[in-house]
Amino acid sequence: MTVRTTTRRHQGGPTEVLLSVRDLSVTFGLRGQRAVNAVDAVSFDIRPGQHVGLVGESGSGKSVTALAVMGLLPKRGVKISGEVSYGGRNLLTAGDSAMSSLRGRDIAMVFQDPMTSLNPVVPIGRQLTEVIVRHEKVGKAEARDRAEALLRKVGIPDPGRRLREYPHQLSGGMRQRVLIAIALACEPKLLIADEPTTALDVTIQAQVLEVLKDLVTDTDAALLMITHDLGVVAGLCDEVNVMYSGRIVEATSRGLLFGEPRHPYTGGLLESIPRLDSPRGTPLRPIPGSPTQTIPWSEGCAFAPRCRNKIDRCTEATPTLADLGDRQLRCFNPLAAADTSAEQVKA
Amino acid sequence: MSTPLPADSAMPDITMVEDLKGGGLWKGAFRRMRRNPTAIAGALIILVFVLIAIFAPLLTVYEPGSAAGAGQVTPTSVPGPSEDHWLGLDRFGSDMWTQMVFGARQSLVYGVVSTALGLTVGALLGTLAGGFGALGGRFSWIDTAIMRVVDIMLSIPSLLLAVSIAAVLGQNKYSVMIAIGVAQVPIFARLLRGSMLGQGRSDYVLAADALGIRKSRIVMGHILPNSIGPTIVQATLNLATATIEVAALSYLGLGEADPAVAEWGRMLVAAQDRFDAAPRLALLPGFAIAITALGFTLFGEALREALDPRTRK
Repeated sequence: MTVRTTTRRHQGGPTEVLLSVRDLSVTFGLRGQRAVNAVDAVSFDIRPGQHVGLVGESGSGKSVTALAVMGLLPKRGVKISGEVSYGGRNLLTAGDSAMSSLRGRDIAMVFQDPMTSLNPVVPIGRQLTEVIVRHEKVGKAEARDRAEALLRKVGIPDPGRRLREYPHQLSGGMRQRVLIAIALACEPKLLIADEPTTALDVTIQAQVLEVLKDLVTDTDAALLMITHDLGVVAGLCDEVNVMYSGRIVEATSRGLLFGEPRHPYTGGLLESIPRLDSPRGTPLRPIPGSPTQTIPWSEGCAFAPRCRNKIDRCTEATPTLADLGDRQLRCFNPLAAADTSAEQVKA
Repeated sequence: MSTPLPADSAMPDITMVEDLKGGGLWKGAFRRMRRNPTAIAGALIILVFVLIAIFAPLLTVYEPGSAAGAGQVTPTSVPGPSEDHWLGLDRFGSDMWTQMVFGARQSLVYGVVSTALGLTVGALLGTLAGGFGALGGRFSWIDTAIMRVVDIMLSIPSLLLAVSIAAVLGQNKYSVMIAIGVAQVPIFARLLRGSMLGQGRSDYVLAADALGIRKSRIVMGHILPNSIGPTIVQATLNLATATIEVAALSYLGLGEADPAVAEWGRMLVAAQDRFDAAPRLALLPGFAIAITALGFTLFGEALREALDPRTRK
């Protein structure tokens, strides 16, 4: 661990780290095209059983980060640097077959769209047992029994019948439950959930999140929750990393993020959520502009064009991710803190 | 098996008997086709065609190409339907019904053998190319190599290819089958590879990869079953075109040479200079070819629909 992520970020948990991402950078660019820095020197740690959020708008690089960790990015036209260490191994340099046997067994992933993430012509039972048979030495009958138990666990009624059904016979919420069951079939130590509820109805979202939370807690799996929904973060995550334009801009505990956001972007995200306890008629305060209005990090702060707290320095120098003790923050002119002085960062 | 929940007990568990591994897709397709009038019509035509082909010797008292009534044929007239010959005679004096019935046998054998040949080789090449292509990585050159060969095959007009193969192998029935089969290889290979590449970019393939499923299993267990539908449909449709192509090659004189073997295509050739006097000589085999082709087409279309998960109800 480097100095930047001190143990003070996490209250009292075990000091061992399950997954450590260091200076991960992903650059897309085929020959002749302008290279795009989708992920730029991203670092974070996940401890066993910890729930970590990765928050950001579309295009902020959160999904690419997850795919890079999983080794699922295409080889062509993609440059990956940095280090992703899991169990003392750098996953970025691990071979294809090593990664393949690691995926699903140690690290699993739930994708955004349950409508397309299941194979339409294969019964869901086979899609479940296939993972179990792949990673564990069990016979088909045993795998089938386990599949049935898993479906029951994620709250699908009459799992014996559902096993023989095809994805199109299930509702969206049920399909996402199935995907969660598949991902957790081999009790991975880390589950990466990439916006698992975005494609679902709001009423179903809460149910699916509950299932996800219960199962992850039951199996002591760590969770990397990728989302743009701070509500999801509030219900699930211990630690939160906020990404903007490929870089982490603020990383702290859930309590501090919601109680005392320091980065203007984090503050903007929180203010753009409608709240029940705010007086009636209070207009929502969206963050002005769109994520496409950005400047390269090499020329300053990428958020500067949309930032309310912008000062001259923001477009002259690049802010670094500074360790404030209770959080990491990348900002020259952060929102006022309750007790600590903002001057510390500016210096 | 499972302990049904109370809410479910009202619903009879009809899917209970289905087994877990494989088959479900095709069983489901079969169930859906039984309810589809198009499929029934196509299947009936094919069934009649196959039965006639199999039981040809029982359906007629004459031998094909026997020219039993050769004496009754004059340069200006061909005897029409009569008591002995209910479809009349052909221009060589053979019983028309016998020729038609035995012609069905030829068409079936030629069509099925040549399409099976084309499908086998084409699907093999397509799976290799599509599989390695969809996975990308270091073996994608296999895809490129196979597809260049297929492109070369495709650049040769199929008739020319058939003529060349017939020229090399000599004029016999095998060369016709091989010629028609080889001409179909690029169609199957390209079709299967194309849909496999398309499926290879699907979310469920990425999801399977994210679960550590082996590449070979992803290709054979996930991508192929999703891609094979159009190829199977194409095969049934190709049975229709193969029937027509057999006729075309015979028409060009490349088909079966033995006059004792009845063949619809050659019957068309023979009929053309008597078209004024006896149009039925051309119309009957023409109809037979068209109806057979229609049967395979209807069946193929219905099969495509039944296999498509999006049209399932």
